[in-house]
Amino acid sequence: MSTEPVSKDRILLEMRDVRIDGFSDERWHQIIKGVNLTLRRGEILGLIGESGAGKSTLGKAAMGYTQPGCKLTGGSILFDGIDLVKASDAEKRRLWGTRIAYVAQSAAASFNPAHRLIDQTVEAATRRGIRPDAESRADAVQLFRALQLPKPETIGSRYPHQVSGGQLQRVMTAMAMSPRPDLIIFDEPTTALDVTTQVEVLSAMRNIVEEFNTAAIYITHDLAVVAQMADTIKVLRYGEEVEEAPTRQMLTEPKQAYTRSLWSVRALEKPEVKGDDIILSIDHVDAAYGPFKVLHDVNISIPRGRTVAVVGESGSGKSTTARVITGLLPPLSGSVIFNGEPLPAALKDRSKDQLQRIQMIYQMADTAMNPRQTVFDIIARPLEFYLGLKGKAREDRVVELLKMIELDESFMDRLPSELSGGQKQRICIARALAAEPDIIICDEVTSALDQIVQEGILKLLLRLQKEFNITYLFITHDIATVKAISDEIVVMFQGKVVEQGLKSEILSPPFPDYTQLLLSSVPEMDPDWLTNLLSARPDGP
Amino acid sequence: MTDQPDTYAAAAEVGAVRKRRTRLERVGLLLKSAPPSAWFGMIVVTLYILVAIFADVIAPYGEAEIHPVPFAPWGGEFLFGTDQIGRDVLTRLIYGARNTMGIALATTMLSFLIGGGLGLVAAINRSWLDQFLSRFVDVLMAIPSLIFALMLLSIFGSTVTSLIMIIAVLDSTRVFRLTRAVAVNVAVMDYVEAAKLRGEGLSWIMRREILPNILPPLVAEFGLRFCFVFLTIAALSFLGVGIQPPTADWGSMVRENASLIQFAKYDITAAITPLLPAAAIALLTVAVNFIVDWFLHKTSGLRDEH
Amino acid sequence: MNAVLATILKRLGLGLATLFVVSAIIFSSISMLPGDFGQAVLGQSATQETVAAFRKELGLDKPAVVRYFEWAGDVLQGDLGTSFSGRNASGQDRSRQVSDLVMPRLWNTLFLAGVTALIAVPLALFLGLTTALYRNSAYDRAVNAATLTTISTPEFFVAYILILVFASLWPVFPSLANVDASTALGERLYRVALPALTLTLVIVAHMMRMTRAAIINLLASPYIEMARLKGASRSEIILKHALPNAWAPIATVIAFNLAYLVVGVVVVEVVFVYPGIGQLMVDAVTSRDIPVVQACALIFAATYILLNLTADIIGIVTNPRLLHPR
Repeated sequence: MSTEPVSKDRILLEMRDVRIDGFSDERWHQIIKGVNLTLRRGEILGLIGESGAGKSTLGKAAMGYTQPGCKLTGGSILFDGIDLVKASDAEKRRLWGTRIAYVAQSAAASFNPAHRLIDQTVEAATRRGIRPDAESRADAVQLFRALQLPKPETIGSRYPHQVSGGQLQRVMTAMAMSPRPDLIIFDEPTTALDVTTQVEVLSAMRNIVEEFNTAAIYITHDLAVVAQMADTIKVLRYGEEVEEAPTRQMLTEPKQAYTRSLWSVRALEKPEVKGDDIILSIDHVDAAYGPFKVLHDVNISIPRGRTVAVVGESGSGKSTTARVITGLLPPLSGSVIFNGEPLPAALKDRSKDQLQRIQMIYQMADTAMNPRQTVFDIIARPLEFYLGLKGKAREDRVVELLKMIELDESFMDRLPSELSGGQKQRICIARALAAEPDIIICDEVTSALDQIVQEGILKLLLRLQKEFNITYLFITHDIATVKAISDEIVVMFQGKVVEQGLKSEILSPPFPDYTQLLLSSVPEMDPDWLTNLLSARPDGP
Repeated sequence: MTDQPDTYAAAAEVGAVRKRRTRLERVGLLLKSAPPSAWFGMIVVTLYILVAIFADVIAPYGEAEIHPVPFAPWGGEFLFGTDQIGRDVLTRLIYGARNTMGIALATTMLSFLIGGGLGLVAAINRSWLDQFLSRFVDVLMAIPSLIFALMLLSIFGSTVTSLIMIIAVLDSTRVFRLTRAVAVNVAVMDYVEAAKLRGEGLSWIMRREILPNILPPLVAEFGLRFCFVFLTIAALSFLGVGIQPPTADWGSMVRENASLIQFAKYDITAAITPLLPAAAIALLTVAVNFIVDWFLHKTSGLRDEH
Repeated sequence: MNAVLATILKRLGLGLATLFVVSAIIFSSISMLPGDFGQAVLGQSATQETVAAFRKELGLDKPAVVRYFEWAGDVLQGDLGTSFSGRNASGQDRSRQVSDLVMPRLWNTLFLAGVTALIAVPLALFLGLTTALYRNSAYDRAVNAATLTTISTPEFFVAYILILVFASLWPVFPSLANVDASTALGERLYRVALPALTLTLVIVAHMMRMTRAAIINLLASPYIEMARLKGASRSEIILKHALPNAWAPIATVIAFNLAYLVVGVVVVEVVFVYPGIGQLMVDAVTSRDIPVVQACALIFAATYILLNLTADIIGIVTNPRLLHPR
């Protein structure tokens, strides 16, 4: 730790032409292709990029650490004058956890289940004798308090599995801060959290980093989040730097076309159309997993040819609603009415025709396709199964469907592992489309995808809806996606429907309490958003 | 800054970097990366299979042919001498390869048929049937299999058929557990759910959705189970309750000639004679283990630290 | 603590239930005997009456459920029945009590297994931990290759090589481990040296590999990477971060291998003509002396269940999630 007065101009970390290779598919590939990075004391650098951009690898390299299966092949990393490329393991260990700290994405997995939180919090400071153990413990309690953790005096004596994910993430920040490091690497620390929890964790982290004037590298794929945290933003793509600029400048006048394309996604918005012809309705449905009741008297009606978006955080019951509709989870009471007739509750009692008319697309296209089947097998199966198409007719139809989703027949004999994330999701859409359904349930279909790919998928879905008058039930937690695609919105909270209505009605005041909280917690592309939000909330700090 | 196009097109999106290779190329690449231990294993196994297939051609005498001189020394007419009643040891070794390996292979296949089939059904079904089968297997596995085999053999007698049936049934419990465990992991995948939602039947889901995805661990397990079955049969034969004479078998050969070891000081080759069949068993299981070890390392996706 | 107690009680119940079913299976094996069994035991010249009397003695005229509970009741009181051997066609009965046959031999087997476990367990844990710690080093590779070879080798191969080297070429140990009740401890240890060494070699190989795998599996957890990034050294990572989470897998490994040991003794006892329960069982199987086979099988199965139960309970009491419920 440093005791000298901190000056903002002094360079803390200097990475020059860093190159890192990773091993996969029997070969070494370049993951980081010569990136420069300069970080001054007390500065927060936001590192953003899509999946596979190499941002996490670069973040860890700033500590002189490369994951198993990766190796540093070139460049220099200077931390406060220490050459981390040449430093021995023992020298690096002296820096790690004391002068450079790391905050991981999954707090639940990154805490040792066998030790109390406080022991893990003070571990690094005590090991290096930064201060006596008792002082460290007292200091940790202060940090817990500063991070607004409940019961700061006693929470440290708990075990990791005894506290919630959002709290664990803040404890991990305290653990990083305990030895008063010069630099903290935040590796997607809020990605696994719900939006309402994310706000609390973000503000706690920002305050404490500001308070101790710690330099930080903040890694994320979420532009709005990085806008709240960072002084400077660096955009990465395919292991190379796209551009770097101060946050405000980057948000208002991005130079590169790629950066602009990242920014533009949020502009998509479907004009809402009211619909009266109800194709499917959920009527007073209660459902449970074993003894745990998860849906309480849920009523939703879906008009033909429209998109109804179901929004809510994890545990709100939105995915369970989908399982009830598809028959995977027969409800305790209530019914699903489809085209005016009640559907049999259980999947096995439904007719082939009923199954064909309701199709589903999943969040993770990776796991929704059998990795051993080719694109042709995947799309052709429903054609054969429902429509009885064979031979040439089936092949022609597959090509037609591929064209519809903006791919071509060269994709037919590829395996899912040979497709990009967006292409995979398109194949899943084609598979659903092949059944010629009336309604498609889309379960978080864009949330695992990069921004620019999301936009493409959403546009495709909108176009298909127009062409074939398909109805969508669109489950998501992302408000921007809701704006882009929906006609109507259903807000769910703890297994209950909070409200349902046209998009314009739901997204304008007056709001019920929960909708208000949910909407206000969604980060916006405005560097002052978090500050304004916190000062506007009555119970805010 | 990048060589990627700035305008978006779905077909131009870059997928995972994976080179498309033909099956032959993949096998070639796989073999090229095989460590020496795996090569050793593959060569040994191939040799054993050849010996087993062409036993009639290679063996100098008949399987149960008795010569006038018991315990003949090495060399001359009998390369490895003769056994306690005057049968040529080399001939018995060669036929032993066919008998012991054949029986072990038949047993392993039967146990995979039973255990693998039931394991798959249990993994997809997940209802009372799964509960029943799993509990039943738990109980069977609570009795050590060698002990259970000994007990059942004492009741049904030591014929080749009962040997195969008993060991296959006992061993299928382990196959069941593994198959069920890996199949459950696959059965919770969205693509299996998608197939169920489509209305596909049990048979399609088993054969087309799950089986292709659990093959690698099952193939590895087949190698390990084969070794285990092979050793169990050898042990039972060694104990005198397995394969019965006059059928040539490695386990009983060790037992029949074991007394020769005490003559090590006078004739080392005689003392080695009972060790030959034992070494033949050991060499095969070591070879199979080397191959499986490498195969597991390849397919588990585990990366060692560099 | 209630959660822990409840889980342990549940496991104990499950263990008892398993033992019950296992004993029922072992018992019912007698009813699977071919019909002419009495003839086979008593000899071809046995009269109808003696065969009928023999069947009556076995209780084959009573319903199976009644017989099972009578048998189980006897077993609980230490009465394992009467051996089939020593009977003849004329109805003469010089057969012995099974418990008299089994008990001294059970003690011998436990002695051999105990000696082996005392050497093998600490050695295997040490090798497993150090190879996990220095994985991919020359040391690790050498130990791995050696143990892979050992586990692929039949026990009797190891045994005969040891006999060839240490009893035949350089006679330092006896090749026959014949002991009886009067053998003194020192002499007893000397005579079981080779069987114990054989078992140790086999068990250490298995146990070391499983310990290594369990530790390496733990080392792949994100919290271990976190510990590295907090500056913990290799030994700290193993001792402080991995080991407290490793008791359950290690206990499982030890239990599994001790159970394996109990079974492994069968072959080794036969090789060294050691008067243990394994050899007794093999002899009984050869002569189809069913009561003795049943008694031995029951003892082996009970040991097996008990060992696994112990491992489960250790896993429960070291699991922080159960020790510190929400």
